[in-house]
Amino acid sequence: MAHTSEGAARHAASGPPWMHIIGFVLSIVLTLAALWLVLGHAMRPAPLFFTIMVLAVLQIAVQLFFFMHITESYGPAWHVWMLALGVVLVVAIVAGSIWIMTFGGDVAY
Amino acid sequence: MPVGVQNYTTHFFVTGDPLIYGVDVSIILVSLAIVYVLTRYRKWGWLWREWLTTVDHKRIGIMYLIAALLMLFRGGVDGLLMRTQLAWPNMHFLEAEHYNQIFTTHGTIMILFMAMPFIFAMFNIAVPLQIGARDVAFPYLNAISFWLFFFGALLFNHSFVIGGSPDAGWTSYPPLADLPFNPGPGENYYLLGLQISGIGSIATGINFFVTILKMRAPGMTLMRMPLFCWSVLAACIIIIFAFPVLTVALALLLIDRIAGAHFFTMFDGGNPMMFVNMFWIWGHPEVYIVVLPAFGIFSEVVATFSRKRIFGYSSMVASMLAIAVISYFTWVHHFFTMGAGPGVNSFFAVATMIIAIPTGVKVFNWLMTMFQGRIRITTPMLWTLGFIPNFAIGGATGVMLSVAPADYQYHNSYFLIAHFHQVLIGGTVYGMLAGMYYWWPKMFGFKLDERLGKWAFWFFNIGFYVCFLPQYLVGFMGMTRRVYIYPPGLGWEIPNLISTIGAYLMGVGFILIVADVVYSIRYGERDLTGDPWDGRTLEWSLSSPPPHYNFARIPRVDSRDAWWEMKQRRQRGEPMEEPEPLRPIHMPKNSGVPFILCVAFFVAGFGFVFNWYVFSVIGLLTVAICLFHRSFDYDTDYYIPVEELEHHEAALGRT
Repeated sequence: MAHTSEGAARHAASGPPWMHIIGFVLSIVLTLAALWLVLGHAMRPAPLFFTIMVLAVLQIAVQLFFFMHITESYGPAWHVWMLALGVVLVVAIVAGSIWIMTFGGDVAY
Repeated sequence: MPVGVQNYTTHFFVTGDPLIYGVDVSIILVSLAIVYVLTRYRKWGWLWREWLTTVDHKRIGIMYLIAALLMLFRGGVDGLLMRTQLAWPNMHFLEAEHYNQIFTTHGTIMILFMAMPFIFAMFNIAVPLQIGARDVAFPYLNAISFWLFFFGALLFNHSFVIGGSPDAGWTSYPPLADLPFNPGPGENYYLLGLQISGIGSIATGINFFVTILKMRAPGMTLMRMPLFCWSVLAACIIIIFAFPVLTVALALLLIDRIAGAHFFTMFDGGNPMMFVNMFWIWGHPEVYIVVLPAFGIFSEVVATFSRKRIFGYSSMVASMLAIAVISYFTWVHHFFTMGAGPGVNSFFAVATMIIAIPTGVKVFNWLMTMFQGRIRITTPMLWTLGFIPNFAIGGATGVMLSVAPADYQYHNSYFLIAHFHQVLIGGTVYGMLAGMYYWWPKMFGFKLDERLGKWAFWFFNIGFYVCFLPQYLVGFMGMTRRVYIYPPGLGWEIPNLISTIGAYLMGVGFILIVADVVYSIRYGERDLTGDPWDGRTLEWSLSSPPPHYNFARIPRVDSRDAWWEMKQRRQRGEPMEEPEPLRPIHMPKNSGVPFILCVAFFVAGFGFVFNWYVFSVIGLLTVAICLFHRSFDYDTDYYIPVEELEHHEAALGRT
């Protein structure tokens, strides 16, 4: 029971969750921006792909910093190692898929 | 019966096949029997309190184990039906459509609903006990993972009698799996069943990753962990990164099918090969997800039954982590024949060859562990010994397949079929059965009978070679996978007949395993010491089965094979430390919400399968309510008082 009341007290004392609200607004803005760029045909395809990729990366950063507590840790920062590995694998998957699906560069989309 | 109702029921229930009518009857009979027994012996409350609402990792592990064995039975029967159809040219046992459905469900069930729960059973049973923890990091999430798997599998299995099974292969490639070529609910069952259980798999990956990094007993550094825990850690790393790709691929295909999008369609800018690409970005790491825990089990079993510490511990760790990373760089070898060009194919061919190296290192380490050891040939050890030659052959044929130009010959032939059955059965299934026999006394308090277990092993092992070696040959003769009928005169008859005989021998092996379980419940040797195998790791320091809080006092670890060292010290008569006084133990409370949450997922999934969106809305709303409830639930844990602990420990004969 001791633990339970601690949890409730911590919850009551913390005030409005500003970090979450800012993160929520930012993530919605980034999503809507990408949607508008695509639906409105705001750019030619090549810069469009590049821009929405950049927005996607920013979105990842927002999620990590505002919601996933990347800066908080007790003990060794295992999550940073996992994220580093994650970046390596994501790059491999995205770059690899583009390489493969353009048949090693022989097909221009 | 009015025509409307009749039309409706014939489209809803699968009709016309005597096999399926037989299944209908047996499903109804078994369900009635279960309801009758539970009511007759007033066990409904027990079922709810002790099992459906449990968050105890040991019970969740047992439920995973039972589910995996049931699915092994279903997938096995699918396999036997296929082998029966192929036993002889021009057989008319199964029709083409039915055969397509059966190879689809065989593959899907064996990988996702047999291998995955089987490894999760072993995770749950062994990991917390081996690292000296009282439960996993997130026990409530663990229950959700299990029930998501359970209801995903249940949804998928419904397809057999309601609506029709998927029939586009376990890989479910578009355009065949797209709506124009595959109308009806079958493919939706595949997509939703995998999606729901896949959420559970990701959660399990995260759960055990955190458990291993954060919940180890004091003194157990990473390099003092049992190798099984290392293998689970490596598998979890792969799960966390691979499964989301499958989730996305399945979701996009589902959107294609139910909302008319064009991600993977033939026209309108879709690209079917992109699904193939994404499927295998998950699919290749997936085979390492299911085989790494098996490697871990073999390491435990070999060390225990050779009475030696494992040879080359750090090279074992290094090779598992190398496998975990390199497994992401091999996926194209599943579709070399797409013709992505020499650059792409060479890169992935070389990566595939490289990944064989750490696996080879592990094989030599197991052999060196046995070298000059005092080997006891028990059933878990037999499965381990059976695995080594099996995996060596499977690995060698894998390297043959990795040579891209040669793969153009082998691709989708029975050579490939024989190869992946050899690594998946010889690796994963042997490993899981070794683990099941090894940890059975820990879970249930009695050993499985050794004599029956050895009979089962020999039937299964011999049956395995009889079944799959001829398939290499018939593959070279040009037989491709997924053919349901072939003419006489191609020289395929004899190898196919031999292969079918082997499949039935494996079936006998499975029946003997079940017989072993049934026999041993009554007559199996009881395990009163908690350490029936003279084990080396911490789980054997507990009573069998362990109390629900596992460790009354968290052990202090100062070496590898911690329990073995403690026993050695006791034998040498070194003074034992005075045990610390007992302290109240912090435990998670049981909860019915995970079960309800996953029933809601099932209802939502069923709605999507039949495009009855009312069900989907109701289901997803219930999911949201359950999540909301949990977010504001602060009454999630309790303390076991010291008096109760003393009482429990005294009842177990421990102080």
